[in-house]
Formats: sequence, structure tokens, C-alpha cells
Amino acid sequence: MAKLSKEEIEHIAKLSRLELSDKEKELYSHQLSDVLAYVEQLKQVDTGDVEPMANVTGLQNVWREDKVESSDISYEDISINAPEFREGSFVVPGVFE
Amino acid sequence: MDNLCRLTIKEASGKLAKGEITSVDLTRAVFERIKDVESKVGAYITLCEEKALGMAEASDQRRKSGKVLSEIDGIPIAVKDLFLTKGVKTTAASKILEDFIPAYESTVTKKLWEAGAVLVGKTNLDQFAMGSSTETSAYNTSKEFNSTTRNPWDLARIPGGSSGGSAAAVAADMCIAAVGTDTGGSIRQPASHCSITGLKPTYGRVSRYGTIAMASSLDQAGPMTKTVEDAAILLRVISGKDKFDATSFEKEVPDYAGNLKSDIKATKIGIPKEFFGEGLDPKVESIVRNAIKVYENLGAEIIPVSLPLAHYALAVYYILMPAEVSSNLARYDGIRFGHSILKSDKKSKSLEEVYNLSRAEGFGAEAQRRIMLGSYVLSAGYYDAYYKKAQKVRRLISDEFDEIFKKIDLLVTPVSPVAAFKFGEKANDPLSMYLSDILTVPVNPAGLPAISIPAGFISENGKDLPVGLQLIGPHWGEQAILNAGHAFQKATDWHKAKPKI
Repeated sequence: MAKLSKEEIEHIAKLSRLELSDKEKELYSHQLSDVLAYVEQLKQVDTGDVEPMANVTGLQNVWREDKVESSDISYEDISINAPEFREGSFVVPGVFE
Repeated sequence: MDNLCRLTIKEASGKLAKGEITSVDLTRAVFERIKDVESKVGAYITLCEEKALGMAEASDQRRKSGKVLSEIDGIPIAVKDLFLTKGVKTTAASKILEDFIPAYESTVTKKLWEAGAVLVGKTNLDQFAMGSSTETSAYNTSKEFNSTTRNPWDLARIPGGSSGGSAAAVAADMCIAAVGTDTGGSIRQPASHCSITGLKPTYGRVSRYGTIAMASSLDQAGPMTKTVEDAAILLRVISGKDKFDATSFEKEVPDYAGNLKSDIKATKIGIPKEFFGEGLDPKVESIVRNAIKVYENLGAEIIPVSLPLAHYALAVYYILMPAEVSSNLARYDGIRFGHSILKSDKKSKSLEEVYNLSRAEGFGAEAQRRIMLGSYVLSAGYYDAYYKKAQKVRRLISDEFDEIFKKIDLLVTPVSPVAAFKFGEKANDPLSMYLSDILTVPVNPAGLPAISIPAGFISENGKDLPVGLQLIGPHWGEQAILNAGHAFQKATDWHKAKPKI
């Protein structure tokens, strides 16, 4: 497969929310292309109508009672890691411009 | 007294029960050993000496008052720095969690402490469990070499990964036992490179709650120990359905250690030819073939089998795993915790920039690579060709294993195509690094249990390098692989060898 273009790398970086330098874009473009070339081999496998497998246990819809239970996590436990935490809420930059 | 660190869980537990030693004695011995060799090996990111001695004291007090919580009460255990330990810094070996203090405890470690175990410290790993050599860790824990963790058997070589720190700690007796995680071989491969026992349980056997997620449909935590018997003891402690992990399975946890048998006569052992192909070092193959002869002499029936789809597992893995990684690592966004530009003078940036810069600054190259790979294979226009296709091949591989387990009881294969390689040898070629996972990876997409046990040594540049043997069982076949592993350890002494460090 052809090397991923600069535009494609920039698109992927945007989806991944990663700011990359030009040098990184170049390096990752090569490395990612190598890996994608390797995984192309799956085309050789005839998968016809096979059902995709997302999990091995076969578990589906594991339910629990929708009731509030107490937690041993305090605001203190949370706030020590937060950039800004006030009165039980995280303070974040504006979402809309 | 300083040999106490060399004890196994079984031995130490026996001495504690008889009152020959105390947990404080044992814990002190472990920390003495750490003072001796840790500066070279660098197994630990964080050491918890004060806390450990406190836990050991508490264990001894409990024992005095006649209350013993379990067979591992008072036993010093090392924990891969991927398990959240409340109040104790947890980094996933990344800069993005450099100062992160978890608000809650993982279920695995919670079970260890409720059973009375003692926390020695948090061991080094490949960043976010991404790697096979511990080289992608952001922490140069080996002070002497100013590098990531070194292999106690040859300090010029890597200990394997991603649970390299845990493996090195066990191998060098800097703990009595450890826990690690395995998504594509991360318990088994370092166990092989460091000559210890490492078990990946059936997917769903052990709760993933509080275990920093890499690939949610593949991750499993497991014991890393000096013997199979110890692995059986630890496995029982950490297993079980957890209401906080919807993917954990409701199934009785047997007394794995109590049920251990070493008679494997008539056990049908399958040898899959695809695991012995091109790329396997002839010296490694020779060790594995000798190990198979041991099983033959013990009365097992050796049956050549074929798993034609197994070699596609690596491609499946390097599509599914990055896809799940890209989703799981989205939470590191600099908003609620972890490295953030909001914690620096770049506060005035936009939300988008908070994400893009915090992540770019905090994540190492390998993490960035895998996130990007994942975003790509899940993106519009590529989802069907890559992700969906990989999920279909996954089902075929899983079905192929199910079929083979109708004819045989377990599979025996090498763990790694080569023994531990030198530092830096593969670090600049990601694909080459990925290819070294080829023998361990098939197990994870299928969710099967597998164990790596020491099987011998090869000689390279005047050093003896460990070679492990992999036993793969059917779903919930932990007892079968533990029994076979135990039988091997009764018939051979490889697991008793210690590095000259």
C-alpha cells in the first residue's frame, strides 16, 4: 500500500486529537504505512458471511438495579488530580466559540 | 535472613504459619534485596517501603490474634503500574499520568489487600502496556544505566514487555510474587525472557475494573510468580465475577492450588506446526522440543496439529487492539486528570488545543502511533475493510481453536521466536517489534488461558538467556494448564535457576 499522505496523517491526527510536528508527521506516515501494509494480508482470508466477533464471552446486556449507592470516592480524591475543580464540578474551557 | 526474599509464596506462607518468620522479616528481606540490585535492574517506578512495613505489621498482628486472612496474608507482592492503587501514584509508565493519584482501588489489588498481601511497589512497564520490551516506558528506572528496566539475566538486554518490571522483580527476588496484565503476550513473554512463571487467564476470569484499559476485549490481569503452584494460589485470590466489570464472567473460582495434579498421563498435547515455522530461532526451538520430550516421557500423548489461521492473529491484533486503544485513551484529555496544559501557563488556549497539546505532550510515541492507527482503521471509509474484517477473522480464529480443543487437551508452543534481545535492537522499527509477538498474540483474540513456564537456557555471548514454554488451554482450562505446568516443574529444575545478580 502506498505511503499515507501528509493530508491523511493530518486528518488522522485531528481525529486522534494529537498535535504533531512536521517531523513526527513524516515519521508516523512511514511507520503507520508499514503496519497497514502488514495487516493488508487479512484480505487473503475468506470471511464471507461470518459474524464479526466483538467479545469472546458471549455476554450481552449485563444488567443491574438502577439505584444510587454510596461511593467511597470523595471530592478531595478527585480534585487533587483536576486542573480546576470547584464545588463538585470540573471547570473547563468554553466548548462553543 | 537475607535469603528470605528467595522464598516462594508457598514456602513463605508455610514459614509464616509455623511462626518461623514474620511478615516484617520477609518484607525487610525484600527491601534489602531491592537496595542491593534495584539500581541496576530498575524494576520499580514507585517503591512503598513505609506502607509495606505497615501492612506487614498489620499482618503479623492479625496472625498473633489468630486471624489469618488467606494463604497470601503477609506476602510482599509487586504490582504492575497499570493497576489503580488508591492513594498511591499510578502512572501507566507515561508522562500523561506523572502525578496521578487514583481515587479508587482496582478490583485485582483490592482482592490482594483483602487477602492480607503486602504492597512492595509499582513496577515498570511499556507505556500503557504498549510494547514487548518495557522500552516505551517514560521512566528510566535503572539508575545505573539511566534506562528502562534491565533483564536480571543479562543487564544488556530487555526483560520483555509490557510487564517487564514485574517479571524482573520476581526473577531478581525483589518481591515474592507479582501481578501483571496480558493483552497480546505481556505476561507470558516477559515471563519467558526472565525465567519465571506467568499466566494469562481466560478472558472474563479476572475483573478489569481499575486496571488501566488498553484493549477492553483482550486485556486480562494475571499472576507472575516463581512457580506454577504460586501462580495457582494467586490466581484464585484475584479471580471472580465483579459487579464493576460487566465483562467478568459468573463462574465458580476453583481451588486451583488445592486441585493441582502432576499426573498428566494420557493428556493429549497438540503441537501446532505453524508455531514452529520460519523465524523461530533454532536454539529456542531445540529447548522447546526437549520440553515436549519431557511431556512424552511423563506419559502425555503428543499429537501434531495444524492451526492454519493462527498466523493471521497478529494482523487481527494490530487492527483490533489499536482501535480499542484509540477509544480507551480518549479519556486522557487534560480536563479531569493527568497532564494538562491547563495546569501550565498555556491556560488561555481553546478546548481543542487543550486536547491536542495535552495529549501530544503527555503521550509517548508508541501510544501516539497506536491511537492514530486505531483512529484510521475505525474511520469512515476504512471501518469495513479493516476493523470489521478483523472482527470476522477473529471469529474464524476463535472457532479454529474451539475445533482443535475437541481433539486435544492443550497446546504446547514456544513463547517467543527469539530470547531476550539487546536494548535498542528493535526500538526504532515498530513493525519488527510487533512481529516478536507472533506466538503469544493468537491467544488473546480467542480469550484463551495460557501460561509461560521456564524451559531452559540458550547461550549467547557468554550469557545464559532464558527460554519459556507456552501452554495454551481451552476456555476455562486454567486447571489443565496449571497441572501440566506443575508436572513439568516436578520433572525439571529450570524454574529454580536464579540470575547471578
